[in-house]
Amino acid sequence: MDIRVQSDAFDLGAESNAFATRQSAMGAVVTFTGIVRDMDGGGMSHMEIEHYPGMTQKALEAIADEAMGRWALGDILIIHRHGSLRPDDMIMMVATASRHRKDAFEAAEFLMDYLKSRAPFWKKEHGGAAARWVAARDDDEDALDRWRR
Amino acid sequence: MMDVLYFAWVRERIGLPKERIETTAATVRDLVHELQAREARYEVAFADLDALRVAVDQELTDFDASLKGVREVAFFPPMTGG
Repeated sequence: MDIRVQSDAFDLGAESNAFATRQSAMGAVVTFTGIVRDMDGGGMSHMEIEHYPGMTQKALEAIADEAMGRWALGDILIIHRHGSLRPDDMIMMVATASRHRKDAFEAAEFLMDYLKSRAPFWKKEHGGAAARWVAARDDDEDALDRWRR
Repeated sequence: MMDVLYFAWVRERIGLPKERIETTAATVRDLVHELQAREARYEVAFADLDALRVAVDQELTDFDASLKGVREVAFFPPMTGG
């Protein structure tokens, strides 16, 4: 498992390649990338991502451990950025490796669903003189229901 | 003594990211009531507990969690990662 919380940008191609290359006997690698988008169309200059330094790494590790326990995975990579990001910047990525694609796809979706509402990050959109905190959505919480057992 | 941390709009409403608090509160909820009694900015920040989340010693929990032996409590809005 490789879990990184950082302000620096990451190279999606290099990270994906390195992740896929270091696996052995894994038939499937799935990657997901989150990108900053301007929700209101042209109004946002940048987004500020705040996090809880002491807790973030541990929370991500706990989510990854849970995924490792549920699916037959060879490896997990999570990179999540904080700090100031602009529209079209990459915020985060996850990668999962498994022998068969079903486990890799499902685990990647699980990681994303949990990252959204269980990892201590908060987004604030800035545009001109205005700034607003991005509100959590009810369907983010609903998304976790499908994984409860 | 314990560290109390605030994030996102909770931090903005209270006006600081972190403070050390001397408290005898038994639960998170008791601590919230203590803080609310202090000043209006706390009362405003904690007006709707359904809109808040809490972590005790860096683990998510709920407002009925015990504070016995706890070193760090953090209050924040629902998280928006990913």
